[in-house]
Amino acid sequence: MKNAEEIFEILKQQFGDAIIGIDKDTPTEPIISVDPLQIHKVGAYLRETDGLKFDSLMCLSGVDDANGTKVKDAEGYEFIQSGTLSVYYHLHSVELKHKITLKVSAQREDAKVESVENVWKTADWHEREAYDLVGIVFLNHPDLRRILMPYDWADGSHPLRKDYKNPEFYQGMKVPY
Amino acid sequence: MGLLDKEFSDGNILIANVEDLLNWARLSSVWQLGFGLACCAIEMMATSMSHYDFDRFGVIPRNTPRQADAIIISGTVTLKMATRIKRLYEQMPDPKYIISMGSCSNCGGPYWEHGYHVLKGIDRVIPVDVYVPGCPPRPEALLEGLMKLQDKIRNESLRTKSA
Repeated sequence: MKNAEEIFEILKQQFGDAIIGIDKDTPTEPIISVDPLQIHKVGAYLRETDGLKFDSLMCLSGVDDANGTKVKDAEGYEFIQSGTLSVYYHLHSVELKHKITLKVSAQREDAKVESVENVWKTADWHEREAYDLVGIVFLNHPDLRRILMPYDWADGSHPLRKDYKNPEFYQGMKVPY
Repeated sequence: MGLLDKEFSDGNILIANVEDLLNWARLSSVWQLGFGLACCAIEMMATSMSHYDFDRFGVIPRNTPRQADAIIISGTVTLKMATRIKRLYEQMPDPKYIISMGSCSNCGGPYWEHGYHVLKGIDRVIPVDVYVPGCPPRPEALLEGLMKLQDKIRNESLRTKSA
């Protein structure tokens, strides 16, 4: 059983720059930041290494940080420019009974994160959900389709973005009240 | 005036109005499509169970739209589901009836403002005969809705097209 700081030190030693930092000032558990394009090998290492053995991905969440600047378009509609979208990974080791939280942040306009689908199978549908609702693209995902919204929902329309704008119509049905 | 106009004492002959007879037959065996959507479906199932006994009004769940007379929209209709409901409705033979059960299918319910995925009322897709309010409505309310539908069927005419 290891605490977050010990795990951070192990990862930092193993991966160097791919591990960006550790945030200890959170109301819950500390969060380790990782490079979005290297999360796959970090995940595989966390899962396989003796003394870590994170065999369970409890949850994978997509988050719109909404930390960019608000800009108004020609029609007066306010949207968010730049800033980041994040993915949080809550890991648990059933064997060693310890937990850790990882976070990756990608640029809002081109949010690409490596898939961890072949490390933890759970990630398959979780990543599809994060893609569907927040619009994060997971590289190397075997089947990155929408999972909740209809397949023919407008491209680039992701409902849980903070600046999401609902369409007037979907297949001839009026959407707003 | 009852269903039967006259009864002859000496034979198996009854005289009745064709409209009344057809309407009586239809309202006495409203077979509903076995179709549940959300929490309202739990109340709908409770209505079918022995305590409230939907069957005493002739309502039996039928597992194919092609042999169903009515569909009870029992719950939140997402945009994705709305396209499927429309298809089910189109597969039902005439005459067909629709009971919209609960706030969600009446008008979007609690999802009316922020439900980006919810259809704000099933009447935007298919024509509704009876609206049953409630969230979810109690079985008594659904029974009341059914009786309202029966009243509607009772007063139908063959000469004018309804619904």
